[in-house]
Amino acid sequence: MRTFPTSIIGTVTDLVRALALASLAVATHAAPYVPADDATVLERLPVRPGDPVARDLRRLRVELTANPRKRDTAVRLAERYFTLASSEGDPRYVGYAQAALKPWWDLPAPPLDVLVMRAILKQYSHDFSGAMRDLEVATREDPKNARAWSWRSAIHMVQADYEKAREDCLALQKLESELYAVGCMAYLDGTTGKAAAAHGALSAALARSSDVPPDVKVWVLTRLAELALRQGDAKRAEEHFRAAYFEPINDQFLLAAYADFLLDQGRPEQVIPLLVDWVKSDILLLRLALAERALKAPKAREHIEALKSRFDAAALRGDKLHQQEEARFNLSLLGNKEKALALAQENWKLQREPRDARVLLEAALAMKDPTAAQEALDWLERSRHEDPGLRLTAEKLKVFKR
Amino acid sequence: MRTLLALLLALAAPLAHAHKPSDSYLAIRVEGPNVSGQWDIALRDLDFAIGLDDSGDGDITWGEVKAHHADIAAYALARLKLRSEGAECPAHAGEFLVDDHSDGAYSVMHFTASCPAQVTTLEVSYSLFADLDPQHRGLLRLEHGVATRTAIFGPERATQSFELAKISVLTQFVDYGREGVWHIWIGFDHILFLLSLLLPAVLVLEGGRWRAVARFPPAFWDVFKIVTSFTVAHSITLSLAALGVISLPSRLVESAIATSVVLAALNNVFPVVHGRRWMVAFAFGLIHGFGFASVLRDLGLPQGALLIALVGFNLGVEVGQLAIVSAFLPVAYALRASWFYRRLVFVGGSIAIAVVAGIWLVERAFNMKIITP
Repeated sequence: MRTFPTSIIGTVTDLVRALALASLAVATHAAPYVPADDATVLERLPVRPGDPVARDLRRLRVELTANPRKRDTAVRLAERYFTLASSEGDPRYVGYAQAALKPWWDLPAPPLDVLVMRAILKQYSHDFSGAMRDLEVATREDPKNARAWSWRSAIHMVQADYEKAREDCLALQKLESELYAVGCMAYLDGTTGKAAAAHGALSAALARSSDVPPDVKVWVLTRLAELALRQGDAKRAEEHFRAAYFEPINDQFLLAAYADFLLDQGRPEQVIPLLVDWVKSDILLLRLALAERALKAPKAREHIEALKSRFDAAALRGDKLHQQEEARFNLSLLGNKEKALALAQENWKLQREPRDARVLLEAALAMKDPTAAQEALDWLERSRHEDPGLRLTAEKLKVFKR
Repeated sequence: MRTLLALLLALAAPLAHAHKPSDSYLAIRVEGPNVSGQWDIALRDLDFAIGLDDSGDGDITWGEVKAHHADIAAYALARLKLRSEGAECPAHAGEFLVDDHSDGAYSVMHFTASCPAQVTTLEVSYSLFADLDPQHRGLLRLEHGVATRTAIFGPERATQSFELAKISVLTQFVDYGREGVWHIWIGFDHILFLLSLLLPAVLVLEGGRWRAVARFPPAFWDVFKIVTSFTVAHSITLSLAALGVISLPSRLVESAIATSVVLAALNNVFPVVHGRRWMVAFAFGLIHGFGFASVLRDLGLPQGALLIALVGFNLGVEVGQLAIVSAFLPVAYALRASWFYRRLVFVGGSIAIAVVAGIWLVERAFNMKIITP
C-alpha cells in the first residue's frame, strides 16, 4: 500500500506537466486572424521597390516577358537573381533564376552561357552530379571558361575530391589574376594539411594585389582566418576576422565563421551583437541561439523554437538541404544525440567539408560510437587536415574503439 | 568585374539555404460531394506574382492585402484544379485572414468547391507559381472522415490523385468514438470538473467535517449518480449543438466551463452543496456538452452519417470518462481514511484545481494568455 501515494503524486506531476505542455502547444500555435487595422504592416519586402537593384530587376523582367527567348536577357536576369540569392540567402531567387532560363532548362545541350548558369543553380539545390555534368561539358567546349573551372573546384572541394580540385585550380592559374588562382589553391592546400604554406601564399598575394573589391577581400580574409585557426593561431585568426568584419559589406559566411570562432573561444557574449539583426537567416540564427543558450539569455528559448519550426517546415517539404545545421541544432540545442548523428551521417554522404566532418565527429562522440563516424575519421587521415579541434575530437572518439 | 565576383562566389563554396524556400500550405477537406479548404500563401510570393505593395514603400499592409483579395482569389484558384471522376469541381473563395508562419506573413484564403457527385477519387492539379519559381512547393493536407494524408506538389508532380477510402458506417463509428475518448483524455477541464465532483464521493459530511464512508456501495452509487447525470446532460446539449438547434459563442461556453470547474472544486473546500452533487453534475454537464460540440464541429461532421458520428463521439467520451472513474474510485476508496487523501488530495487537490481553473477563466473571459512557459 505504501506505493499508492507516490504513484498518485507521480500522476499529479504528470498531469501538471501535461497541463504546461498543453498551454505551450496553444501558445506556439498561432491561429489565423484578421488584423485590427488597415495600416498594420504584415510583411517587409527584402528589396524595396525603389531600390536600384529592384528597378534593374523589374526592367529585365519586363524585357524578358516581352521576349522570353531572348537569351542574353534571360542569363543576365538569372545572374542578378543568383547574386541576390547569395547575398540574401533566400532560395526563392534561385527559383526565379531558374524560371528565367525555362526555355533552355531541360535541353540536353543548351548554349554555353545557359549551361554554366544552369550548373550554378543546380549546385545551389545540392544537385552536385547534375551541376558537374553541365560543367564538364562547359569546360570541354570552352577550356578558357574561368567561371566554370572555379565552380568545378568548389564542387570538388565539397565532395572532398582533392585531385580533381587541384586540376581545376591549375586550369584557373592560366586564366585568372594571381589572387584568384592563389586563392583557389590555398583553399585546397589549407584543407589538405598545408595550412601554413597556404596562409603565407594567400596573404602575400593579397598584399601584392591592388584595388581588391571589398567582397573579394572579405572572402580572402575569411579564408586566412580559417588557415590561421588550422595552425592553432587564434590571435592571428581574430585579426583576420576583424579586418574582414570592418569591410563595408555584409557576408553571411564571414559572420557564421566569426561566430563559430567566438563560440569555440568561449566568448558567446560577443556573438550576440554580431548576429542580433540576422534572425531571418537560419544558419546565423543557429549561432545566435547557441550563444544565447551559453549565456542563459531569455531569448534562447524563443529562437530555439523558431529554428525548430523552420526545420519542421523543411521536413514537411522534404528538403534535405539543412542537414548539417539541423544535426548541430539537435546535438547542441536539443540534446537529441541519436537524431543528430543520423542527420550528420546523411549529410556526409553529400557534403564532405571540414565543418561537415566536425558535426559528424561530435555527434559520434556524444553517442560514443566511433564506427558511426568512420568515414570522417578516414577523411581526416587521408586529407591530413590539420584543424586542432577536429583532431582532438577524433582522438577522443578513438578511445571508444575496442 | 562580373566574372571576378562570380568566381568569388564559387570559391565561397556552395551555399547553404539560409532561408526557408517558398511553400504554400493547402488544407482540403472532403465531405460527400463537397470540398472545403484553407490555403496559406506567403505574402512575399503573392507580391512577386501579382503585386501587393501599391504604395511602393516596401511594406505590405493589411489594407493593401485587403484591396487585392479578389486578385489573390482569381490568381490562386486559377492554379488549383480539383476534379472528381473527370468532372471539374469549381472552387470559390470565402473568408480571408492572415497567419504568421516561421518565415513571415501568409494570406489565408478559405474556399469551397462542389463536385457533381460523391467524391471517391479526388484529382488535384497544382500549378501555383510554377512559371515564376519552379522551386516553389505546395504542401497538401487532405482530410476525409478522420483520415488525414499529406502530399507535396511541385512542377514535377503537379497532378496527383487521391483515392478516398470508402468510409463504412462501422469505421466511421469507431473513428469518431476514438476521437471522443481522445478528447476527454486531453480535455483537462472536463477531467478536472469530474474529479472535483468525485473527490468527496468516498467521504461523508458530518457536522461540517468530512469523514471516510464506512462501506463501498454508498460511494459507488454516489459516483454512479454523478457520472450518469453528467453524461445525460452533456449528451443532450452535445446533440442539440451538433445538430445546429442551439449555438452559443465559444468564449462564453469556454468561460462557463472554467467557472464550473472553479465552483465544483471550491465546493469541496467550502461545502455548500453535498448530498445533491448529481444535480450540480447535471446542470454543469449541460454546459460541458457545448464544449464537446465545438470539438466535434472542428472535426467536421459527415453529412451522410451525422447520427453515427454523434453517437460514436458521445460513446467515446463516455468510455474515456469511465476509464478515469474506474481508475479513480478504487484508489480513492482505499485511501479515504488517510491524512494523505483527506488533506493533500482532497483539500490540496481541490484548491489546486480551483486555481488552475480560475486562471483558465480569466484567460478565456479576457482572451489572454497567463499560463505561458
